[in-house]
Amino acid sequence: MVALIVDGIVLGSIIALGSVGLTLIWGITDLFNCAHGDQITVGAYLALLFGGLFARIGGPLAAPVGPFSFSWGILISFIPAVILSIALAIGIDRIVYRPMRKAGAHFITAFIASIGVAWGLRGIVYIIWGADFHFYTEGLRSMIYITDTVRLRVDEIFIMIVAWGAVAAVYLFMARTKTGKALRALADNPTLARVSGINIERLLMWAWGVAGLLVAVSGVLYGIETQLRPEMGWIFLLPLFAAVILGGKGSITGALAGGLVMGIAQQVSTAFLVPTYKPAVAFIIMILVLIFRPKGIFGRRSA
Amino acid sequence: MSTLRMENVTSGYGSMEVLHGISLEVPEGKIVTILGPNGSGKTTILRTVFGEIRPTEGRVIYRDQDISGMHPDNVARLGMGYVPQEANVFAALTVQENLEMGAFLRNDDYRPRMEEIFGMFPEINPRRKSRAGELSGGMRQMLAIGRALMLNPETLLLDEPSTGLAPFLVDQIFEKIQELNRSGVTVLLVEQNAQALRCADLAYILEGGEKKAEGTAQELMNDAEIAKHYLGR
Repeated sequence: MVALIVDGIVLGSIIALGSVGLTLIWGITDLFNCAHGDQITVGAYLALLFGGLFARIGGPLAAPVGPFSFSWGILISFIPAVILSIALAIGIDRIVYRPMRKAGAHFITAFIASIGVAWGLRGIVYIIWGADFHFYTEGLRSMIYITDTVRLRVDEIFIMIVAWGAVAAVYLFMARTKTGKALRALADNPTLARVSGINIERLLMWAWGVAGLLVAVSGVLYGIETQLRPEMGWIFLLPLFAAVILGGKGSITGALAGGLVMGIAQQVSTAFLVPTYKPAVAFIIMILVLIFRPKGIFGRRSA
Repeated sequence: MSTLRMENVTSGYGSMEVLHGISLEVPEGKIVTILGPNGSGKTTILRTVFGEIRPTEGRVIYRDQDISGMHPDNVARLGMGYVPQEANVFAALTVQENLEMGAFLRNDDYRPRMEEIFGMFPEINPRRKSRAGELSGGMRQMLAIGRALMLNPETLLLDEPSTGLAPFLVDQIFEKIQELNRSGVTVLLVEQNAQALRCADLAYILEGGEKKAEGTAQELMNDAEIAKHYLGR
């Protein structure tokens, strides 16, 4: 059981990281971004692409980082993956959602458009990389044993440090910086933000940029934890949705707590259920929350 | 010399016309009140002036510049502040963060101004770290005005600041508005509460998106016909 909880915390950390970006966009733009999962997929594949290129240079870039399974090439490829993912997120907003905002489209319309973006991105991944599984590295992954039954892959320590580091950075950005505060103000009251002289389009670019960063990091971490396949993000979207709904619209702390709950609940459920039912556990929690706490556990009460 | 002028402004939402050719003037350094019942178009006037709605006809002139349809952030840059009637604070942000957001356009050190505003509204000073959503109605209104003052506006638009406040708080808010005006701020105040006439220099009476009367506040108060129809006496 302890082993399952430890596994759950690892999975929960990645879910938490992915759901922060999702709840941020939901809170600020009212868009429940269905392409979020596929943006995660793209982030993971971008690291695969650059990791492969760096590995071809050879030398230390092809060698694994310390005790970890992934190479220096993959580690460095975080940088181009993050930059391109930010550009992709901002670009999608410019091309798809901004014209819809200008036209005063309903949020349901944007929601459906985001499903289209999701299919488009996945199609591109299929075309370029095919339907096969990909791994950042072949071969065994080293384990450490905390107790006889509780074991952790060395990679998972890296995953948790990076995930919580990124989350902490975003939290500080939102709490301390002028842009972060303005993003919260915009989520809270867009009309008042506008009359305060806040340039909304510029801020939305920031919001999508932050989401793009988180998406790439969670994609690469998810890729390190499991393997890369074109459907990875789309399927991952379900626990993300559940975590965000559990946490409440726009609540970063809520998404973090929701992510951990989802990760632990899904892993622990495998002690009682066939693992195939893991996604159903996320669904059931989401439905229960929607029935009993529709605004989420950390949801804002409407003013 | 008028600071703010509306010339024959027609405005509304989509195909629904709310204002039917309104002209009015706000002279520099004065308090001007627009009095009218619910749905008469008072809020629409302020939203049109502040660029939230583009007038379909006519012009809005601020300091000799045509600002019709200019974006709100640019209007704010010209030295105009706006306190909407509802949801006029960032409920999820703290009192201090609300004032910081009021100073969003400033790149200099806004803290001295923030202290001035806490001095002006000492009631909210001890609540700096509280979320604005937790404040009482009166404090919320003070914070809302304080937020709009962070940019040192020369002109302030206020939308029914007395809504939902107990009578002694209404007096207090109107006193603050007069105090601000004495310090040099031109005020355009929209109200349902006829008491607003007492702190105004000039007033307009609005009904159904049309101007029904105008004059000094004193003239309107003394006009028996207007008193009977619009001031509820």
